Amino acid sequence: MPDGALPVLDVKDLKTVFRTRGGEVHAVNNVSFHLQPGELLGVVGESGSGKSVTMMSLIGLLPQPPADIRGGQVMLGDIDLRTAPAEVLRGVRGKRIGFVFQDPMTSLNPVFTVGSQIMEPLRLHMGMTKAQATERAVELLELVGIPDARKRLKSYPHQFSGGMRQRVMIAIALACDPEVLIADEPTTALDVTIQAQILELVKDLRKKLGMAIIWITHDLGVIAGIADRVMVMYGGQVVEQAPVKDLFARPQHPYTRALLKTVPHLTGARQARLQVIEGQPPILTAHPTACAFRARCTHRFERCDAENPLRRPVGHGHDVACHWVVNAEVAHA
Amino acid sequence: MLDESPRKLVQVEDLRLYFPIHTGVLRRHTGDVKAVDGVSFDIFEGETLGLVGESGCGKSTVGRALLRLYDLSGGKVRIDGTDISDLSVGELRPIRPKMQMVFQDPQASLNPRMTVSEIIGEPLVEHTDLDAAGRQARVLELMDQVGLNRIFQNRFPYEFSGGQRQRIGIARALALNPKFIVCDEPIAALDVSIQAQVVNLLEDLQDKLGLTYLFISHDLSMVRHIADRVCVMYLGRVAELSPRDDLYANPLHPYAKALLSAVPEADPNAETTRQRIILKGDVPSPANPPKGCAFCTRCPEVEAICKTEAPALREVAPGRHVACHFVEIQNRAGSTGPKKPEAIEPNQQGERA
Ligand SMILES: Nc1ncnc2c1ncn2[C@@H]1O[C@H](COP(=O)(O)OP(=O)(O)OP(=O)(O)O)[C@@H](O)[C@H]1O
Ligand SMILES: Nc1ncnc2c1ncn2[C@@H]1O[C@H](COP(=O)(O)OP(=O)(O)OP(=O)(O)O)[C@@H](O)[C@H]1O
Ligand SMILES: [Mg+2]
Ligand SMILES: [Mg+2]
Repeated sequence: MPDGALPVLDVKDLKTVFRTRGGEVHAVNNVSFHLQPGELLGVVGESGSGKSVTMMSLIGLLPQPPADIRGGQVMLGDIDLRTAPAEVLRGVRGKRIGFVFQDPMTSLNPVFTVGSQIMEPLRLHMGMTKAQATERAVELLELVGIPDARKRLKSYPHQFSGGMRQRVMIAIALACDPEVLIADEPTTALDVTIQAQILELVKDLRKKLGMAIIWITHDLGVIAGIADRVMVMYGGQVVEQAPVKDLFARPQHPYTRALLKTVPHLTGARQARLQVIEGQPPILTAHPTACAFRARCTHRFERCDAENPLRRPVGHGHDVACHWVVNAEVAHA
Repeated sequence: MLDESPRKLVQVEDLRLYFPIHTGVLRRHTGDVKAVDGVSFDIFEGETLGLVGESGCGKSTVGRALLRLYDLSGGKVRIDGTDISDLSVGELRPIRPKMQMVFQDPQASLNPRMTVSEIIGEPLVEHTDLDAAGRQARVLELMDQVGLNRIFQNRFPYEFSGGQRQRIGIARALALNPKFIVCDEPIAALDVSIQAQVVNLLEDLQDKLGLTYLFISHDLSMVRHIADRVCVMYLGRVAELSPRDDLYANPLHPYAKALLSAVPEADPNAETTRQRIILKGDVPSPANPPKGCAFCTRCPEVEAICKTEAPALREVAPGRHVACHFVEIQNRAGSTGPKKPEAIEPNQQGERA
């Protein structure tokens, strides 16, 4: 991808807060990132670090209240999704932006057949007739590897296994050939042979359709296999982003470094005990005024308590939000 | 003579679990989804048996059947010596605390109207004599154990991320100090640093309390870490059941080979050169399984006999059970590889892609 190309999606300073009985939860704190045409951006990060809320905020899928999107700009081409009227958003969601979210059971409606749920966006956005939509739905189910596709259109979600429901969600997301696909742990519940097929499928669709993809996963193996660029989130912020090879070869942020060490491997010596990142995720009751990782960081010094680090470039297309890393860079220079 | 071998805590014999299919206006019973179709294995006390296999192959159904969350369609399940295959709900009640489950879908398994401490404390109300203060103390201890901050105790499940919700489920499963826990994808929704904490926690609890686990997972790297033996299922049946190191060094069943070759490695350089066996063909439906071997429609090594005769699960080497016509019984000196001349070498399975 040429660096200069205009991004399909450009997010600046997105800020989302939840109002709960226990006070505010600052889930997303000034998140900025961009997505280039045809690019696959991998997103990794601590459980609760705001990956899902970021993506739901940017396509306006969070109920407000309890969510409160306090700021930011989400440019899809020349539309700002943050301020666009509801009907514009409805025309974008499921059409220009397809999405697959965690927890397939909550995303598929249990009282409608799988077929009718796949056909809904086709009829709504593509103006297809019932017959056309049925054909396309069969094609989509076959595409994601559901056997007996035509018969299975009449099944209800509970009659499918977890993995099959997730493949249905992927089929729905792909229905209208979106420009951007947001996939939130789309293969988490899948068996690896099916995952391998879906990853091949995604590589294929990117080539064919030039779709840009945001792929959230906990599986660093998947990231290593398909991402062009990786964004690491921690405590509602982006703490590091880099081209994929660079991230694995030269992780900079102490959280990223620790993260890469915690995964068990398929080959080589078995560790007696897995390496863990000690401590607990931060409690996000207020806008951060210090580094969110400091309580668990082995490199913490005074500045980490006094000031939330901003992202600084440390290499080509590689930036990191860490006082310690930036200090070390300066020392080397 | 003293029996030196470890005690079998869980014994499963020819387990069958069929879901009836009803069609037409009269909802006539026209067939069955054979979710589990003749599965046998034992789990030794204190061990972890990994259960892996294709999405929809019946892993969760096996796990739920072992705990008698379903009525069995056939076969026997013995837990700690007691045959629970035909026990009624009332007869199961005193046995329930011994066996617990951590569910695959944290969203569906947590009551949205209960607070975290009520959810974790619920089994204590039902099965112990602890008073409110005793329960509260135990709940906080459990929250610490699974890495949930105590200040969350009065919050509701929807206020948590997917990963945090799964920890609530694990705390609840641990509440009654069970002997046997079915962990159904317990870490699938967790981020890797928390996975390591939870797996270490499960291992610590196993050491401390002699717990026995059935660990259902699609993460083969993690199964390699935690399991002592691994059972590979395909379409309601066992394809291979082997000690961990044997399976990972030299998978024998063609499905096990494909499965291991498909695991992504956390190394972008290895990933660009890695060869995989990408399986072709449809995943058959358990309502209409193929004749013969369940894997014959996708098997890269399929022969005529596979399409007519279902292979039995045989012990082909000490502790190694494989259901494939072409895996030979190991003779003392020989190898256990498939007997066909073009058979691939151990660890070279990737080259077939
Ligand atoms: N409805 C809500 N009310 C209050 N807090 C919420 C709500 N939804 C999410 N949160 C909080 O927002 C933060 C970010 O959650 P999010 O679901 O985005 O995490 P995530 O990075 O996707 O985690 P995971 O990897 O576990 O899915 C968490 O601290 C979570 O507790
Ligand atoms: N309540 C039910 N009614 C009908 N069929 C069911 C029911 N529950 C499961 N099945 C079917 O039984 C088979 C086995 O399902 P199960 O959930 O055990 O698979 P699994 O191996 O756990 O899959 P996954 O890895 O996707 O979780 C599937 O074909 C599924 O569609
Ligand atoms: Mg999430
Ligand atoms: Mg399952």
